[in-house]
Parts: sequence; C-alpha cells; structure tokens
Amino acid sequence: MSRLASGGRIDRTRPIHFTFDGIRYGGYDGDTLASALLANDVAVIARSVTFGRPRGIFSAGVEEPNALVQVGNETMLRATQVELVDGLEAIGLNGRGRLLLDSPSPLAVSPIFPSPSGGGQGGGTRYDKIYAHCEVLVIGGGRAGITAALDAAQTGDRVILVDEQGELGGRLLSAGWNDWLTASIATLGSVPDVRVLSRATAFGHYDQNLVLIAQRLENGGRLWQVQAKRVVLATGAHERPLIFANNDRPGIMLAGAARTYVNRYGVAPGKRAVIFTNNDSTDVVAADLKRAGVTIEAVVDIRAGEAVVDTDFPSPSGGGQGGGLQGVTVTPLTGNGPRREIGCDLLCVSGGFNPALHLFSQAQGRLRYDEGLACFVPGAPPPNVDVVGAAAGDLSGRGQGTMMPYWVVPSDGQQWSTHFVDLERDVTVADVRRALGTGMRSVEHVKRFTTIGTGSDQGKTAGINETAIIAAQLGQPVGAVGVTTFRPPYVPISFGLMAGRNRGDLFDPIRLTAIHTWHVAHGAVFENVGQWKRPWYFPGEDEDMDSAVLRECRAARENVAVMDVSTLGKIEIQGPDALEFLNRIYTNSFDTLKIGSCRYGLMCKADGMVLDDGVVMHLDTDRWLATTTTGGAAAVLDWMEEWLQNEWPNLRVRLTSVTDQWAGIAVVGPRSRNVIHSLFPHLASGPDSFPFMAIREAETGAIPVRLHRITFSGELAYELWTPSWYGLALWEAVMVAGEPLGITPYGTEAMHVLRAEKGYIICGQETDGTVTPQDLGMGWVVSKKKPFIGQRSHLRSDTTRPDRRHLVGLLPIDRDELLPEGAQLVLEPQASVPARMVGHVTSSYRSATLGRTFALAMLQSGRERIGGTVYAPLNGHTVEATVTESIFYDKENVRRDS
Amino acid sequence: MLIPCPWCGDREEIEFKYGGSAQVAYPADPASVDDATWARFVFYRPNPKGKMAERWVHTAGCRRWFNLVRDTVTHEITPP
Repeated sequence: MSRLASGGRIDRTRPIHFTFDGIRYGGYDGDTLASALLANDVAVIARSVTFGRPRGIFSAGVEEPNALVQVGNETMLRATQVELVDGLEAIGLNGRGRLLLDSPSPLAVSPIFPSPSGGGQGGGTRYDKIYAHCEVLVIGGGRAGITAALDAAQTGDRVILVDEQGELGGRLLSAGWNDWLTASIATLGSVPDVRVLSRATAFGHYDQNLVLIAQRLENGGRLWQVQAKRVVLATGAHERPLIFANNDRPGIMLAGAARTYVNRYGVAPGKRAVIFTNNDSTDVVAADLKRAGVTIEAVVDIRAGEAVVDTDFPSPSGGGQGGGLQGVTVTPLTGNGPRREIGCDLLCVSGGFNPALHLFSQAQGRLRYDEGLACFVPGAPPPNVDVVGAAAGDLSGRGQGTMMPYWVVPSDGQQWSTHFVDLERDVTVADVRRALGTGMRSVEHVKRFTTIGTGSDQGKTAGINETAIIAAQLGQPVGAVGVTTFRPPYVPISFGLMAGRNRGDLFDPIRLTAIHTWHVAHGAVFENVGQWKRPWYFPGEDEDMDSAVLRECRAARENVAVMDVSTLGKIEIQGPDALEFLNRIYTNSFDTLKIGSCRYGLMCKADGMVLDDGVVMHLDTDRWLATTTTGGAAAVLDWMEEWLQNEWPNLRVRLTSVTDQWAGIAVVGPRSRNVIHSLFPHLASGPDSFPFMAIREAETGAIPVRLHRITFSGELAYELWTPSWYGLALWEAVMVAGEPLGITPYGTEAMHVLRAEKGYIICGQETDGTVTPQDLGMGWVVSKKKPFIGQRSHLRSDTTRPDRRHLVGLLPIDRDELLPEGAQLVLEPQASVPARMVGHVTSSYRSATLGRTFALAMLQSGRERIGGTVYAPLNGHTVEATVTESIFYDKENVRRDS
Repeated sequence: MLIPCPWCGDREEIEFKYGGSAQVAYPADPASVDDATWARFVFYRPNPKGKMAERWVHTAGCRRWFNLVRDTVTHEITPP
C-alpha cells in the first residue's frame, strides 16, 4: 500500500470497495479511480493501442492519455476523472476498441441502453438537457476563475461558474488548501445570482458565446447549453512531458500529477523518484514527495546540462511490475561524458506548461507563440471573451521560473521508435520523421499521417511537442509551424448525452388524428407521414400487405370504403383581399368560384416549379380555406406568409392554420351515397342537388359536419369534416351507417394506388422541385389571364423546351413485374454503361382494377414516346415497359358522378 | 445563437427560418422583364463575406418576417 497515513482531501473514515479488472480493492471517499489504484500499487492500467505496451497513470486530470477505463456500461473514461464510489466495477481498456460481439469482457457486451421502450432511459442511465442564460460565464474553478466569478458577482450580473472537478479549487487542491479558497467558495455560495456547476466540463465554445457543457451526474449526465454575454476562460494550463527513449513506462508521470497524488489524495505514487525537468515548477514537487517519504534519487535538470536518455534499465532490482519503470539512464546533453544509471519506480517529468486554449481557439481566438514561456498563448481575444490566469500565459502560479525550452532527448544511435509523442495513439518521433520524410510540411498533414492528437484525449499532452519536433526537423521557429485546429468536443461526449431525452417516443413529436385509437383497435399498420401516424393498410387475419391493399382498392372501386384524411394541411384565408391573394398564389383563378364550392389549386415557386397542391374552398364572403399535402402544410403556410408580408403588405388578408381543428373522413365508392343518405337523410345528396365540388353543411346526431364532393380516387366520394372533438364519433357513425354495405376502412397505400390509377399526382412524389405544371400535363390548371407566382418562369427557354421530362404511365410487359420507384429509364435494352438516362419511375403499384402492375414516370419527351418502349435496367435484369398516358382508369371522369 | 425578433425579443436560432438576402426585389411587372433580368431575380443571390442584409421569419413564434444585418463571418447581428 502506498497510502499515506495522513493528509489529502480524502475521507479516511469512509472506506470504499471497488474492483478493477475483476480484483477487489479498497479506497476512500474523495479518491479518483486513479488515485485509488496508485494507493493499491496497481501500476499497469492498460496495454497501448498499437504496440500493446504496458501503460500506467500519467496525469491526474482531463489530459490523461493512458489510463482509459470502462465503468459499468460507460466506456472511454479516464481513470483520473472517475470519482470512486462504493461497488464501482472498472476494467482497463486494452488495445483497440472492438465490436460488441468480439469483446472479451462480459461488461463490455451489455448495451448502454438496455431498454429503449417507453421513452425511459433504461438501465438507470439518464441524460437530459438544460438551457441557461447569463451575463458572465466563467469556465474553470481555480484561483483565476473564482476571482473572476467573485468580481462579476459584485456587479449583480447573473454568473455561472463551471468546473470539471467535484470541488472548486483547481490547482490549489493539489498545492494545499488555503483560507482564501474556503472564504471565496462561501461567498460564491451566498450570492443568489451565482450558480456553480461542478463535475461539468465546457467542451464546445460556439458563435456568439454559446457554450456547451457536459455535467456528470450520478448514473448519467446533463447537457447545458449556456448563452453568455461574456465568457471568462480560466481554463488553466496543462503540463507537458519531455520526450526520450522508452518514455511511456508505467511509473513515468507528469511532475505536477505526482504532487497532486501526494497532496490531494494522500498517495505516494512511488517509493524512489527521479525528477526530470527544464523549469522550477518541480522544486515543490520534490519537496512534497520528500515530505511524503518518497526518496528523491536524483533531480535531472536540462538547465544543468543533463537529461534522462532512456528507461531501458537492465537491473532487475528496480521496483516496477510487468514492464513498469525500474530505473533511468542519465547522460550529459552533449552526449559526451559519464552515463549514470539510477534505480527508481517513479519518474516525474516536466517540460513546461501549455495554456489550455482549446475553447479560446474554438471561439476563433488566434494563438501566438511565446518564446520565453515556450508555449502558445492567447492573442487578441474574440469579442466578449476574456482569458485569465494560467490560460492567459500567467504561469507564475506554477512556479515555472526561468525555463529552458527543450523537447526531445536524442538516444544513443539515433533510434526514435520508442520516443512516444502521443501516448494514446502510440505515435513516436520516428512516425513524425517519416511523415516529414514523405515531404509533408504542415502540422495538419503530419497530424493526419501520424494520427497525433486524434485520440480521445485530443493530444492534450502531445500537440505542442509535435509542433516543436516538426519545427526542429524543418529548422523553422515553433511559432511558424503553429498548432492544429482545436475542434469541439474538448472531452469525449457520449451519444446518450447528446440525445438527452430525445430518444424513442420522444425523438420527434408524434401527431395523431382524433380517430387514431380506432385505427389501433382495428389493427391498422401505420406509416409516418411527416410527424403524423397514418394508417398504411388494415390487414385482415392472415392477410399480407399486397392482398390487404388489393382488397381495400376493390372496395373503393366497387362498393364503399372510408379513409381518415384528417392530416391534410388546412389554412384559413380571410379578409377582403383573400380572392386576390389566392389568384396570385395559385396558378389557376378563383374568380368564378361561388360560395359553397371548392376547386383544385396548384401553386408554383418563382422558378415555375410545382410547390404544392390542394383544394380551395369558398366558405363565405371574404372567407376561404385551402388544403395542402399532409407533409407540406407548414411550408405552404410559411410560403403564403412570406409573400403576404414581404411583397403584398397592402393586401388585407389573414392566414390561420386550422389543420388540427378539423377531422376529415373520406367516404369513397359507388355506394358512398347510400352511407351519406343514411347519415344525413334530410340532405339532398343526389348528383344534381349536391354536385361535384360542392360544399354542404349538415348534422348527423348532434355532430356538425361540413360535406365536400371531392374525390382523390376518381370514384363518387364525399369528404366529411367535423371539429376534431367530434372526429371519432363521426367516424364511428360512418362505420355504423356503412356496416350493412360492408364499408371497408383503407389506408394510405390503397389511396396511392387509387389516385395513381387516375394519374393524380402527389406533390413530392411525382414532383421534386424541377417539375412544371406543363411537365405534368396540367397546363389546364395554369391561367393565361392573370399573373401568379412562377408565371414568368414558364416562358423561360428552359421551361419551354420540348425535351423536358413529362409525366407518363408505364405498363411493364410482364404484368406481374413491379418496377421499383426511383428506377432509372433508358431507351436501349442492352445499354452500355454509362447509359443515357431518359427518366425515372415516380410511383409503382399493383392494381386490382387493372389486374396488373403499373407505374407513373417522368420521361424525357414523354408525351411523344407514348406507345413506345423504355427499359429499366435493374440489378441483374432489365424490365421492359410500354409508355402510356398517365391516366389508366376512367379517362372520361364519369365515375365521380355515378 | 440568439436572434432578435422585433416582436418577441431575443430567441433561439432554432425558432427561426432563414429567408435569404433582403436585397433582392421582386420585379414590379415580371411579364415585362427579359429572360436575363428574370433569371437574375430567380437564381442570383449575393453571398458576401461580412455584413449581409437578410430576411428571417420567426416560424416557431409570431410568424412575422423581418430584416436584420448579420456578419457572415462572426454571426454578429445588427439592426437593419
């Protein structure tokens, strides 16, 4: 045991038991997993990613490159940041990551979220998100950060202080607690507008001071999205190592980390220590280690002309375990002179400090190389960002003193393959030299060639050393080589944290119609249309989708069928200028549309391409209602508002979305009139008294209903609208009235088949933003008498050329062959690749009515090719099809009035 | 990023929809312009590095369109 008898911020009255790699150990409340493992003399935590070399704990914080562990089902954690709790089960992560099935560890195969059901988060792991706003966000809870927060708090501003550790203090926690810290924390706690977030790592600094913060909570975490007027970066500095041969052995540690283990956790990380440094910060390290009973075997100081050249120590008398450090070889920097071999089990290394400027850089702050400090320091900060303390290059608190910039100790024989630059990525000086040897010069290229800095530690202890090695090799100043771009996240972030509660049922809002419960009770299979759940088809017992859809289509064509059309977008358009507004928005005119009637309408964008379609209803004087496609409702409303507000503010028109206010039920088929008559015996529902495209108001029972003679199947049909509250009641009334006839509920798939048989388009299926009304053969709905949006574009040379793609029908020669939607069409059966593609299939179904398959397609000069043949080369075979008109059924439109 | 809606105040960016440049006027009489002029209206948009006058709509709020000036490099927003 290397636990000291006293000292540190651990609570020796609260012992904790945990396991590491299946072996049981003890620690104390206040320990990290790393400090507890060191206290138990566990030197080797894992094997390295490429070479499988043993690695130990290298740091005491976020910069840890070696000691990666999995705790429970959370993986890629740093042992230096895992707070010890009773019963914790951890394993070291060896080598490369594996797919779950290949995992050697039973821990690693348990999924992170065992239960995706019910919107819950399963397994006790919970993540959520929170938004917060403040005048001042201070990042970093060390001396500088606390000072900045105290200053800001005096002004009455809302202040948020974030700190990644369990308690405030930063480096002071390792240097010894002091009264100032105690008093400051008390003051911060007493100011109402100061909020302190602990265990919270700011990992992304975005435009306009949006900062993302990952807070660790018991069994999960919280993602903070903080919008701050001003950000104070008090992010401190990371110590960096010196590089020498075999510099990766367990027992080699950043000097400041060794001090942290002694002072904060009451652990001696070794028994016999050597200190290797180029600055004064190690003076206190040596003193504190000595006080803790560690023997200081030597202080090797670059400034004194000496260096640790290797740790490949031959003597078996050292204390290391399983590849751990047994000693070091020290030589004069000149290379000439006596070699010293010193036995030790701890080597404390300091090569200086790098201000932690990751967030500063993410916020587009520029860095500048400071020759005296041998590190990159912040240049002019971006607007509303301040940098303070060690992050600003004030390294006085670290006691760095006069340092001598130094990076790599050459080994005897100029071998570089064990000089590790990036410990997590197992990248050596030899790799950097190889990259430069290929001719690379940019640090960004070397990064990508070698993978330095691409590990989960983001190269926090490696990056600047890489730059210095490149600079030395190229004979350039370090500042000229620069550093690689810092990108979020500063620390690894779990997908669970990013998702928060937006998982499963809560991933996206789900919209249900008033009739939804009936559909569920009657076994509907649903499809997603935008956020709506719509019945896709209603399978009978032992019925597959194909036969269900054929049965539903047959019912609509031969008897009576019913469909929930509540999801149609609905926009009320009111005001004295509503008619003028509609005439400008739609391609066709509504001048002659009487109150109580409706008309099909099509709208284009300014480029002349079809945007959406629907039915426009004239309800009353200055009062109209337009339907839109289910998926297009929001876009069409935005579109209308855009023109109304920006281009035509003089029009007295108001728009209101009423999509959710109405439930809609389509009663379809030659016997639909029987159902309507049964529901509304006093309504004259004959073809003359209730003609096609007319609107009527009536009641059935106490249910108010607006009836429309609209058809999307070509059959005689009535669309019944009622306020959503009555939706289910009306549906049930329709089912009761239709029951003697055998009324059949149908879903969106049958609706698609029925409309395609009639050649009715669906915007977004036949159209894709490149299709004009004329391409669709719908010139009849484009007015030549009045201006509308997109009209001018219909006269452009591109929209008038004859070889545009036209909407046509396709009948595969093989009547059972179903063309896949999206299939490309060519003119030659044996077309060589690349073939000239002349069109594509937009819709394709099996038709009960036609007794065969059919399709709609957009085909180049399609109307001229009617009667001809096209080919769809598929994977393995080619489908031959005859080009037809786009209407397959009831070309004379007689059935709607049957 | 917060966007100042003139009616609702500062709101999260996700509540808004972008409407492109505010400096492209709809031709007063589309029928009277030649193909090139019309094409310029339909297809050409400024894309400056720096300050740009833009249209936004507070889609998930008051649904009002408004103009603002945004710096395309820093995202700094200033009133039009």
